[in-house]
Amino acid sequence: MSKLSEYIAQIEGKNHTPAIDPESIDINGAYVSDMLSDVMGSAKPGQAWITIMKHLNVIAVASMTGIPAIIFAKGNTPDEAVCDKALEEGICLISSNLDTFRLSGILYRVLHP
Amino acid sequence: MAEYWYIAEGFENRVQEYLADNGDSEVDMMFTVPEKDFNTAGKGSSEVKNLLKRLGVDSEVLRRIAVASYEAEINVAAHSHGGVMHSAVYDDHIHIRFEDEGPGIADIEQAMIPGFSTADELARELGFGAGLGLPNIKKNSDAMHIVSEKGSSTLVEFIIFFS
Repeated sequence: MSKLSEYIAQIEGKNHTPAIDPESIDINGAYVSDMLSDVMGSAKPGQAWITIMKHLNVIAVASMTGIPAIIFAKGNTPDEAVCDKALEEGICLISSNLDTFRLSGILYRVLHP
Repeated sequence: MAEYWYIAEGFENRVQEYLADNGDSEVDMMFTVPEKDFNTAGKGSSEVKNLLKRLGVDSEVLRRIAVASYEAEINVAAHSHGGVMHSAVYDDHIHIRFEDEGPGIADIEQAMIPGFSTADELARELGFGAGLGLPNIKKNSDAMHIVSEKGSSTLVEFIIFFS
């Protein structure tokens, strides 16, 4: 278990939902996929989701699955409607310029020092 | 019409009992799911999830209901000419039915195979169309029932017990 805030610092992430404090979110792992049904079928509650998908359905998928934070790779940034929906659902949205491989590797190191 | 039934091991009696005499539900909700509207799809699941959360349903059970329901709504939007979602909440379980306006499933057994998909380009661009929708509904349900045939409407329904 690790604080989302610690991970954000390491990936130089930007929080697109500043009303949600990453200090208050614990991450116990991650699921990496761009197929939404794959995420709903295999991601576990409490995991971060690392993806390049950034449309509105992504928020619904995270909400149904119990994912507290989405990490957008390669500089993908969600638009305002997506951020608003995420705020409503209490899901923290983070973007980073790093690719999914590096984002996963860094999170793995944070969780398993 | 072709028919498919799945009942999770250990739930045979509870499901049969419910189907024999399903009594009165405590809360009924109805939502429409328009064709190819991926933003409206999910609203019903979201409302059902919020209601069950208020009723104090266990979070893991809630997650299973939300995922199965959202997958089914997305299926209606992606594959049919639109349909309705009807949710009935009982004291110890939920029964959600999705009925659409066709064009039906040509081969239900094939549609149940993980990875088999007939999703179009639009659904795939959004990251749907992995061929996991129906398998995910089955995986999260205690009972699942499909009635369909090519050229006809489709009924997908599932039952999930709260404990």
